[in-house]
Amino acid sequence: MAKFDLNDSGVVVIVGSGAGGGTLGNELAQKGIKVVILEAGPRIENQDFINDEWESFGQLAWSDMRTTSGTWRVHKDFPNIPAWIVKAVGGSTVHWAGASLRFDEHEFKTKSAYGNMPGANLLDWPITLAEMEPYYAKAEDKMGVTRTNGIPGLPGNNNFKVLEAGAKKLGYKEVHTGRMAINSEPRDGRGSCQQIGFCFQGCKSGAKWSTLYTEIPKGEATGNLEVRPSSMVIKIEHDQSGKVTGVVYADATGAMQRQKARVVAVAGNSIESPRLLLNSASSMFPDGLANSSGQVGRNYMRHMTGSVYAVFEKSVHMYRGTTMAGIIRDEAKNDPKRGFVGGYEMETLSLGLPFMAAFLNPGAWGRSFTSAMDGYSRMAGMWLVGEDMPRETNRVTLDPTIKDKFGMPVASVHFDDHPNDVAMREHAYKQGAAVYEAVGATVTYPTPPYPSTHNMGTNRMSEKPRDGVVNKFGQTHDIKNLFVSDGSQFTSGAACNPTLTIVSLAIRQADTIAGAMQRKEI
Amino acid sequence: MREVDRRSKYDRRVFLKGAVATAPAVAIATSTGLGITDAWADEASTLAPATLKTLLKMARDIYPHDMLADSYYVTAIKPWDDKAAKDPAVKSLINDGVARLDQEANDSHKMPYVQVAWESDRVALLQRIEHSDFFQKIRGDLIVSLYNNKEVWPKFGYEGSSAEHGGYIKRGFADIDWLPKA
Repeated sequence: MAKFDLNDSGVVVIVGSGAGGGTLGNELAQKGIKVVILEAGPRIENQDFINDEWESFGQLAWSDMRTTSGTWRVHKDFPNIPAWIVKAVGGSTVHWAGASLRFDEHEFKTKSAYGNMPGANLLDWPITLAEMEPYYAKAEDKMGVTRTNGIPGLPGNNNFKVLEAGAKKLGYKEVHTGRMAINSEPRDGRGSCQQIGFCFQGCKSGAKWSTLYTEIPKGEATGNLEVRPSSMVIKIEHDQSGKVTGVVYADATGAMQRQKARVVAVAGNSIESPRLLLNSASSMFPDGLANSSGQVGRNYMRHMTGSVYAVFEKSVHMYRGTTMAGIIRDEAKNDPKRGFVGGYEMETLSLGLPFMAAFLNPGAWGRSFTSAMDGYSRMAGMWLVGEDMPRETNRVTLDPTIKDKFGMPVASVHFDDHPNDVAMREHAYKQGAAVYEAVGATVTYPTPPYPSTHNMGTNRMSEKPRDGVVNKFGQTHDIKNLFVSDGSQFTSGAACNPTLTIVSLAIRQADTIAGAMQRKEI
Repeated sequence: MREVDRRSKYDRRVFLKGAVATAPAVAIATSTGLGITDAWADEASTLAPATLKTLLKMARDIYPHDMLADSYYVTAIKPWDDKAAKDPAVKSLINDGVARLDQEANDSHKMPYVQVAWESDRVALLQRIEHSDFFQKIRGDLIVSLYNNKEVWPKFGYEGSSAEHGGYIKRGFADIDWLPKA
């Protein structure tokens, strides 16, 4: 395995090892480029994952201090946990559910498709679906997405069968076990899904794609990639010409190190990435790096989310098997006649008993709550995930008072639902309940959004530098050797789960970085 | 469909024959799911037995599951005694909170909280204090201490960790048999 010198100014430094950073690191390493990935969390291999929700949360979750504000309910119920994401090698690909869907064409041009939405900061992406298609294809092959490349769909579990039966009764047409980056048959040196049911706690069998045991070891095997776990980047540094020169990070012992770099790519998820750019402010860039537009941290998106759980007369045991292998896509279209723009997906979801207690209706008590819990084994569940509106005022800022153990201001996340998000959620709750009532649900529970798993938009792509932070390749408008490589690039969020698009953008970005390095542009 | 066995794991007679006399009452009561005596409350070091019994009643009223014996609630609230021993602020939070709850009960019913006979009457008393720090701490703790107890899980039909059993691929992940034909 490679080990690069701190003073090696020829390396590409990537901050973060998840869907964006882990993929970019491997792609560059495969092209012969020297890469150092600095990952804030520890390296935990899949045999050490824990099939226990709270214990696993303690093992994997990003629980460093953050603050929140705004009218979203997460602020009230979980004021210091705005997001449920992972701090470990592999990032949130360790706990993601595996749903791998492409954006629709209109979802790359929401300003054109939705028109002028008051209170929303809509903008067309500087790229189109046609430009993305070859990269989507590469990502699907890399990740082994079911229902692509001749890979069969996963078998449906009990929770899916309930969803499917209800959907068909309701007349929904596009219902199946999803496009999932979870092996339905052995592929790429990994076995097939054992229906363990703890996708969110890290896949112990390795059937689910995660950069932890795919991209990262493949990159390391080239001799061009070094991953440094427990290395928290504090600041990106630049020279007098305005080019970035490296990063300062706290290593596993807490000691500060300076890694020089030819290129820096930020992939710390949509809360930490803008935080790092803002914390890297200097006399030359007093508002933070790459922030001449003032858009760093703004347009934070988390998807319109919610869940519907339903209780039936007889057992379901929804927790058995792949958590999210089930989808209804009929509501994903843009049909403003429903009273909102954009669309949403309905995807199977289950929580174990401990997390059901924590998330079904946070703060609730008494018999209406325990009656729901008593129905746990007879419960089916779905997640509702749809496009939310980017808003300039939904943003990640630096908390004015609270600092982390290295003395750096922590991230503060402000969020208010747009009226379009609220209208979409109400529609989705109604349709979700109808799906289950069609097959005999005796009661349904519209469950509020959890801490965000999909975090997007805080360093968005734009054609014009004044409208966003990065260009169509994720290169910052202001600094040509500084890139953003995670979901914070998203100009808009689309209805579907973001990971496939993050991976596709990272593959594409690797081509861009390698080409620019070869041409000595960076 | 493969249903989950909801019976307690330990047979009463085996337990009574076993050499477990030295184990604390709470542990025995919990692991056997037996009905328990008041011994658990008398073992407390810092909180008065009456205070712990009030917490037990309160826990049942906050998250009432009639299928669960008291022992599971005892397991959930007993750690407050240790926390109170370690932190005087916790001790006074609990003692003051219980005193206020009993005051509410005395004002309305001329008796302490635990003696108010109907759950609905006790819930009305809890609603008067539900925004207090005391109530919120007890309730928030119960969400984990009650529902994250592995011995409670089978009672709800939840099976917990599955990887060591090979997942559910051969254990009923798709065995639902009552749905209408699609």
